[in-house]
Amino acid sequence: MSATTLPAPAMPTARLHLSYWLGAGALAVALILLLRLIGNEYGWYAGYFVLQYVVLAAAWNILGGYAGYVNFGAAGFMATGSYTTIVLYEALGLGVIPGILGAAVVAGLLGLGTGYLTLRLRGVYFSIATLSLSVVLQTIVVNWDYVGGSRGAYIIRPMEVPPFASYGEYIFVVMLVLAVIAVGIGRTVEFSRLGRGLQAIRDNERAAEAVGVPTLRLKLIATTLSGALMGVAGAPLPFYAGYLNPEGAFNLAYAVNAIAMPLIGGAGTWLGPVIGAVLLATLQQAATVTISSALNLWIVGWMLVIFVALFPRGILGWFRRR
Amino acid sequence: MSGGILLRAERVGKRFGGFVALQDIDLELRAGERLGLIGPNGSGKSTFVNCISGDFAAHDGQVTLGGQKLDGLKPHRRARLGLARTFQLPQPFTSLTVLENVRVPLLFAGEAANATRRAMECLEQVELAAKADKLPRELTQVEQRRLELARAIALRPQLLIADEAMAGLSHAEVDQILALLRRLNAAGTAVIMIEHIMRAVTEFSERLIVFVAGRKIADGAPREVLALPEVEGAYLGRQ
Repeated sequence: MSATTLPAPAMPTARLHLSYWLGAGALAVALILLLRLIGNEYGWYAGYFVLQYVVLAAAWNILGGYAGYVNFGAAGFMATGSYTTIVLYEALGLGVIPGILGAAVVAGLLGLGTGYLTLRLRGVYFSIATLSLSVVLQTIVVNWDYVGGSRGAYIIRPMEVPPFASYGEYIFVVMLVLAVIAVGIGRTVEFSRLGRGLQAIRDNERAAEAVGVPTLRLKLIATTLSGALMGVAGAPLPFYAGYLNPEGAFNLAYAVNAIAMPLIGGAGTWLGPVIGAVLLATLQQAATVTISSALNLWIVGWMLVIFVALFPRGILGWFRRR
Repeated sequence: MSGGILLRAERVGKRFGGFVALQDIDLELRAGERLGLIGPNGSGKSTFVNCISGDFAAHDGQVTLGGQKLDGLKPHRRARLGLARTFQLPQPFTSLTVLENVRVPLLFAGEAANATRRAMECLEQVELAAKADKLPRELTQVEQRRLELARAIALRPQLLIADEAMAGLSHAEVDQILALLRRLNAAGTAVIMIEHIMRAVTEFSERLIVFVAGRKIADGAPREVLALPEVEGAYLGRQ
């Protein structure tokens, strides 16, 4: 991963952290006002689609971008979030917000457990282990009748949630808030002691350990945090779609996009996954409505090939001198 | 500079499958001592220091640093106890600037509040302060070696293991590294130097030990050790 990641910037001041939250908040409000002005219900759903990938890419970046551990199991973590929401809905009749909180806890614990079992593996061995996790989880869900098994599960969502004009607007705003939080967490990690430790691990794990970096502990924190945020990315999905089956929840597109988006935007930076997610998800959404959703992975594949060949450090790397 | 016993290794052994890499190694190192460790390729020098640093787990024996048992401790815990090492090939954090490379150990050693100031002090000690904002790939080989030393100095080590820190350097560059190691030693840090450059190791070391085929065959003053027939035969290739 180190060849495709960017030089780490210097630590910013607390004032710059505050400016992120204020700037992101202002951008979020502007986006909501713009979509209200357009007044098309589809805009909320298209926006949600893009933002869920912003959350997913930012989450993947914490372990894959900063620490260099490539997680191929993003779909598994995301589906864990989705099915946690379904279980809470089926068992207790809870809505999307409790579902998100539950998903963060369950997927975070899954990340922690996965980390304990797999983080002694490195490189491609770790990646294969995470891919296997996704397959195991899908097999469990397919055979679990309580969550609908292979038939899938339905959720009857409210028509509207005051003060929002429609449920589409509500679910968009929920995902927008999650995206701001997820990117903010990624940014905070990048400029913290944790982030520096993860960057040291990515560059040279043995040397990091030799200079006093507690590598296993940091990687476990990263898998937990990354897993929790991936689960959060998937938690609102049943309420967004109204229906979820294992084929959709564990879709290969999530795993591929989670990796491709940070790589194309600039892995190992907080902004790279945002750029990659907005670019790729918008292209895929445009292809879905103009041609066919069958083209989505084809687009991602071509973009990945082009960027790996011409801009191996992603869009941000292309703009930075070194 | 030498004081009480800092490092004690007792009957240390290490096997890789059926191959015995180290057997019954005993070693005592005094605080502030300068020890040279030599031996032919494959004699177990690096395996031994990897057992001390925690990169390898020894199969037999035990190691203590300042009276504290190191067995079972991970390398980062040993580093915090004051055990620093450099590698045969420089291993910088490639995406971090020179300054950030040195800040990393400080961030995890309870010195986060003044990490930048301390890192600059360490860089000044190795004469790299002017290149603090460079990336490691922009440094020459000897500068990368000095960066490794700066990172080690940041740990305020009681013991530095310099594993072939001068490999591939010119005569003048070897002198630069030797001068740095002497300064570090003068400040109280014991140094174990593993080196193939005989001029460097004999100039620097107060004591020399020799490994052959995973065993320690000599231990003493450099001139006396190098004059031993078994050392000449095994290491220097003389009859």
